[in-house]
Amino acid sequence: MPKLSVSHFEAALLFAIFSSIVLGVVSKKTDHDRLRYGLRCFGYFLVALFAVGWIMYLGHG
Amino acid sequence: MANASATTDAVAPVRSWIPVVALAWLVPGGGHFLLKRYGRGGLLLLSVASMFLLGLMMRGPMFQPQGGDLLTVIIYYGGFLGDLASGLLYFLSVWLGYSQPDVAGHVHDYGAKFLVAAGLLNVLAMVDAYEIAIGKKD
Repeated sequence: MPKLSVSHFEAALLFAIFSSIVLGVVSKKTDHDRLRYGLRCFGYFLVALFAVGWIMYLGHG
Repeated sequence: MANASATTDAVAPVRSWIPVVALAWLVPGGGHFLLKRYGRGGLLLLSVASMFLLGLMMRGPMFQPQGGDLLTVIIYYGGFLGDLASGLLYFLSVWLGYSQPDVAGHVHDYGAKFLVAAGLLNVLAMVDAYEIAIGKKD
């Protein structure tokens, strides 16, 4: 099996994509709502990713 | 009326959901396939399997149950259960000899988290399949 080397950002992005898909699929009742919820979760992941990244960058001094 | 509904939910026949939940555990999305929700099952299979395979490719270590102080017990037993929740993906990788030591490095660390997260996402899929099987969800 090939070895994969990813940056923090790439790993977090991959995590966000697959988690959002599952959260979207299991959460809502119609396909339209599932798509919207999945996209919204992905957006929240991205916002949190950048926000926490900047907090750590600024907090590091 | 509410009590009658709750009673109906409580006595949902075990035979109607046990095979679904068991298959959903062993094969991610399998419960949905059994219930003829092919599209959703396919998405769950794709997501959980991709997450698990990425964890393997990052050479993430599998958690083993380990005693010690409370935090160690929670982390290692919890991680082991998370790994186990991936079903056949976990068993196959162990049977085929995957054994990665816990070494330093952010990629290995992410790998371990991806492996556990794949199992936890599969738990969500199992709960969803269960709710469909007992008629609580469409």
